[in-house]
Amino acid sequence: MIRGEKLTRRFGTTTALDAVDIDIREHATTVIMGGSGSGKTTLLRLLAALDPPSEGHVWFDGEDLAVIRRKRLYELRARMGMVFQYSALLNSLNVYENIAFPLHEHTKLDESVIHTMVTMKLEQVGLRGFEYLMPSELSGGMAKRVAFARALAMDPDVVFFDEPTSGLDPISAGVIATLIRDMTQKTKMTSVVVTHDVQAGLAIADHVVLLWQGTIIAEGSPDDIRRSDDERVRQFIEGRPDGPIPFSRSSTSYIDDLLHSPGTVRMT
Amino acid sequence: MTAVLSMFGYLGRRFLNMLQWLGDATTLCLSSLALLFARPWQGKHFVLQMYALGVGSLVIIAITGAFTGMVLSLQGYYTLTKFGSESLLGSAVALSIIRELGPVLGALMVVGRAGSSITAEIGIMRVTEQVDALEMMAVNPRARILLPRIVATTLSVPLLVAFFDMIGIAAAYVLAVHLLGVNSGNFIDEMVAKVTTHDMNTGWIKAVAFGFIIGVICTYIGYRATPTTEGVAKATTQAVVIASVSVLILDYILTSFFL
Repeated sequence: MIRGEKLTRRFGTTTALDAVDIDIREHATTVIMGGSGSGKTTLLRLLAALDPPSEGHVWFDGEDLAVIRRKRLYELRARMGMVFQYSALLNSLNVYENIAFPLHEHTKLDESVIHTMVTMKLEQVGLRGFEYLMPSELSGGMAKRVAFARALAMDPDVVFFDEPTSGLDPISAGVIATLIRDMTQKTKMTSVVVTHDVQAGLAIADHVVLLWQGTIIAEGSPDDIRRSDDERVRQFIEGRPDGPIPFSRSSTSYIDDLLHSPGTVRMT
Repeated sequence: MTAVLSMFGYLGRRFLNMLQWLGDATTLCLSSLALLFARPWQGKHFVLQMYALGVGSLVIIAITGAFTGMVLSLQGYYTLTKFGSESLLGSAVALSIIRELGPVLGALMVVGRAGSSITAEIGIMRVTEQVDALEMMAVNPRARILLPRIVATTLSVPLLVAFFDMIGIAAAYVLAVHLLGVNSGNFIDEMVAKVTTHDMNTGWIKAVAFGFIIGVICTYIGYRATPTTEGVAKATTQAVVIASVSVLILDYILTSFFL
C-alpha cells in the first residue's frame, strides 16, 4: 500500500534519514521505533507526504507522492488520517467541531448524519458526552483520543500515529495502545505508529521497524525483535545506557572540554 | 583590506538573504491569492477574519483618531494664528488626516493590534502542528489560514481608516469650535472647499495598499516562523517592525506618486 524507496532526508549538512527502504503492510500495524533523533518522525512525515524527501520516493497505491499534483495528493489524503504528537486539535473548535471538521470540509452530508457519525467516533474512543469541551479543557490523553476520533472521521485506509503514547500516564497510554490495536483489527485499516515506547510498540505491532542514526537496523515481527542478537536492538529494547548506541553524542573529549573551558585555572 | 572584504561579504550575504526572503514572501502571497476563487470558496472565513481584525481594532482606532485630530487642531491653531489664518484650520486638519495621518496611523495601529496577533496565531498553529493537521485533512492551509487574513486586512484597513478620519475630524472640530473659539461655519466651509476627490482617493489607495502589505508580511512571517516558543516571539516582533517600516516606506512612495 505504502512503500518508501531509498528515502533520504537532509537538513543542511545533517542527514536525518539515509536511503531507507520500507514497506508498510496493508491491514496491519507497522511500528517504527528508535531513540530520540533516530529519524522516525522524519520517516513518518515523508510517508505521509508532509515533507518531501531529499532523495527517494514514497509510493501510495503505485503513485509517487513526491511528484503528484496537490489536487491529487488531497484526494489521496481523504484516505489517510494522522494523530499528531501534540494532538494538533484546532483550538478554536470544540471536540465535536474538531471531529466533524473533515466531514464538513469534504462531504455534503446532512448535519444530522454528521452528528450521528461524530457520536459513533466519540463512542469508539470512549469520549461520548465531551462534545462541547474546548481543546484547552482536555487532558493529554483525552486530546489524543479526540485526535484519534478526528483521524477516523473519514474512515481512512491508513492512519499515521506520531508518538501516540508519549507524555501520557500508563493508563492513558494503555488505552491509546489498545484503541490502535482494536481499531486496526476491527476496521481493517493500516496503521503506521512511530514511538519510542518499547512495551506499547511491541504490544500493538504486527511488524516492527527499528531505526538508528537514520537507517533501519532491524525489522520483523515483535518476536523477531525480542529474539534479535543484534547488540543495538538488545540495548534499545532493554533500555540499557551502555552499549553500541552511545548515550553521549559529544565528539570532543570530556577532559579537554573541562580543561579548556573559559575561566579554567591552570596550575603550573 | 581583509576587514573591508569581510564587510562587503557580510553586506552581500544580507542582500542575498533579503532577496530570498522577498522572493519567498512573493511566491507564498501569489500562491495564496491564486486560491481567491478556488472551491470551496472561503467567503465565511473572510468575514470571520474581518470581524476579528476589523471590529476588534475599532476602539484603538477611535482613540488614536480622536487624539490625533485634537493635537492637529491645537498645533494647527497655534501655527495658523501667527499668520492670522485660523479660518483655514478645518481644511488643514482634514487634508492632513485624510491624505496622510489617517492611513498611516490607522495602518500602524492595525499592525500593532491585529498584525502581531496574526503572526503569533499562525506561528502557534505551526508549533502545535495545526497547520500540518489541516494538510493531512486535505485542507490547503494557504487557502484557509493565509488568504482570509490577507483579504481581511486589505478590506478592513480602508474601513478602519475611514473611521479614523471621521473620528479625527470630528474631534478636531469639537476642540476647535468649542474650546479654541474657531468659527464653526469657517471650519466646515474651508474643509468642504479644499478637500477634493483626489485627496480622498489618495487616502483610500494608501489604505488598501497598507492593508495588503500588512496582511502579506504578518501572515508570511507567522507561516515561516521557527516552530518554537522563542521562534514565534521573534517572528511576532519581526512582523511588527517590518510591517511598520514597510508602511512608512510605501507611504513615501505613494505620496510622491500622488502629490
